[in-house]
Amino acid sequence: MANHDHDTPHITGLGTYFAVFGALMVLTAATVFVAFQDLGMMNNVVALGIATLKAVLVLWFFMHLGHATTFTRVAMASTLFFFFLLLAFLFGDTLTRDLLDVPGRVIEL
Amino acid sequence: MTPLVSTGKRIPDYLNAAYGLKSWLFTTDHKRIALLYMASVTMFFFLGGLMAVLIRLELVTPQGDLVEPDVYNRLFTMHGIIMVFFFLIPAIPATLGNFLIPIMIGAKDLAFPRINLGSWYVYNAGGLFTMYSILNGGVDTGWTFYTPFSTTFSNTYVLATGLGIFITGFSSIMTGLNFLVTIHRMRAPGLTWFRLPLFVWAHYATSIIMLLGTPVLAITVLLVALERSFHIGVFDPAYGGDPILFQHLFWFYSHPAVYIMVLPAMGVISELITCFARKRVFGYRFIAYSSVAIAVLGFLVWGHHMFTTGQSIYASTIFSVLSMLVAVPSAIKVFNWTATLYRGSISWDTPMLYALGFIGLFTIGGLTGVMLATLGIDIHVHDTYFVVAHFHYIMVGGTIMGYLGGIHFWWPKITGRMYPAFWSKFAAITIFIGFNLTFFPQFILGYMGMPRRYHAYPDEWQVLNVMSSAGASILGVGYLIPMIYLAWSMRYGPRAEANPWGAVGLEWEIQSPPTAHNFETEPVVDKEAYAYTAEQGYVPPTKEAEFV
Repeated sequence: MANHDHDTPHITGLGTYFAVFGALMVLTAATVFVAFQDLGMMNNVVALGIATLKAVLVLWFFMHLGHATTFTRVAMASTLFFFFLLLAFLFGDTLTRDLLDVPGRVIEL
Repeated sequence: MTPLVSTGKRIPDYLNAAYGLKSWLFTTDHKRIALLYMASVTMFFFLGGLMAVLIRLELVTPQGDLVEPDVYNRLFTMHGIIMVFFFLIPAIPATLGNFLIPIMIGAKDLAFPRINLGSWYVYNAGGLFTMYSILNGGVDTGWTFYTPFSTTFSNTYVLATGLGIFITGFSSIMTGLNFLVTIHRMRAPGLTWFRLPLFVWAHYATSIIMLLGTPVLAITVLLVALERSFHIGVFDPAYGGDPILFQHLFWFYSHPAVYIMVLPAMGVISELITCFARKRVFGYRFIAYSSVAIAVLGFLVWGHHMFTTGQSIYASTIFSVLSMLVAVPSAIKVFNWTATLYRGSISWDTPMLYALGFIGLFTIGGLTGVMLATLGIDIHVHDTYFVVAHFHYIMVGGTIMGYLGGIHFWWPKITGRMYPAFWSKFAAITIFIGFNLTFFPQFILGYMGMPRRYHAYPDEWQVLNVMSSAGASILGVGYLIPMIYLAWSMRYGPRAEANPWGAVGLEWEIQSPPTAHNFETEPVVDKEAYAYTAEQGYVPPTKEAEFV
């Protein structure tokens, strides 16, 4: 397996770090701006989308995932996969709790 | 690695490499850290055991006449918290795993020796918070901290105990990270993945759970603290929260945590069975893969703890099916161990008694787990003593039998001393009898409807409760006997040879106890694990046996 993160360390330029920092600040401002707009249920979706984008920037540049070995990326992907499983099963419960037709239960749509 | 020059002299072992308290408290030697952990987990084991004694004494009579109800609540809560977080989870990985993994893979130490020492301090820091909570009266929420009781109604030391668990979780993460990096990067030349001892595979799988699951527990405990202190509205319906969300988050860690407890024990059993049957393990790759399968599938079954909550019936059905699925890799291990025994040259040394005890008790625990995964049965026995009996068969019958089996197997390597064979066999049999007498009646009590966590019960259940308490007394004596003879053995036991069991594996090729750096020269591995030969007592199967 290639091991260039140990043998030949990649040096990211200072400009890149400042650019990423600037992007994170802009995205934070965007989060605040969107929080004051009434987008209905899309408010949460947009806020989480921006947060995910920020997390990717941090992982890719600040935590050097962009220059990591395939193995490190697979390790990262597996943690995301397990987090996805947590969300999938959790929403699998909460979104289907009212689907069963129980006599007397009022279903709110 | 630079080979050390062999002088022909015996190099001081790791116990005699340095002296004084400082040499222990600041050591970065994985073997010494393993012993530090052993001292800590043993202390917590007996503290948790003391609470179990009080619980069983209370339940001798139907009336709640020994302790007040709220004291009883604190007793079973602290028993659970101490045993789960401070004994069962670290017991095997932090002691035997710490001691053996570097040696088994031919390394001098773990990848991050300072992180290893740091993990012990972090573990004890968490323990101190929990001890503070105990000394001030403890917690009464049950070890599960269910909301909204833990966030709104309990007036006990939830925050201090939660903080203790939060901190101790980091020690678990540090250990898991260390094992994963060590196993990936520090294996000796020739030691391919499928030449690794199954003990190492089991710890690899355990480490995955430690790394992926423990942060979720930390977040959950943190949310409980925030909810309790600031009413942020995550779990409390009064503020728009969902109490069942807590159970999802809690069990996302705490069910896989069962596998953190039992997978390392399974690794121990694979080593014991092969050694004392003098045979190559049956289906090596299946056992190795089944460890990883248990680690992965173990993350998909947590909802079976929530069948009687407001969890969606559709989610419950899926969790039920997945819970039965996780029985498959567990069964693969049991069948393969049994097949390994078949026509083996079996000897009945103390570690083997524990291994055989493990297989029987774990099988009962596992099969009753399949019963509990069935929706209808679970609704009948939910939160009864049936569940208590089931998980004690896994955690005590599985993990502690594995731990004690491992301690007895590697004790000569760890200390360089032997222990008395008669007393050790006597203790193993006593523990097996005491355990079954303690917990089997609880299956019947649970099936009859006796709920867990009650300090009083109807008169007709007294006989079974007395049997259980009598069994607990025998079990307690069984646990005390090894404490006595192992302590005796450290000073007065006969000197152990490098390989007293005639086992194969890198740890048996070095002196007992090992030197500080384990190996004089870097070992090169050119054979599979468990390559027992005729010289070591291996009896090849006959032609007929091979085709049966």
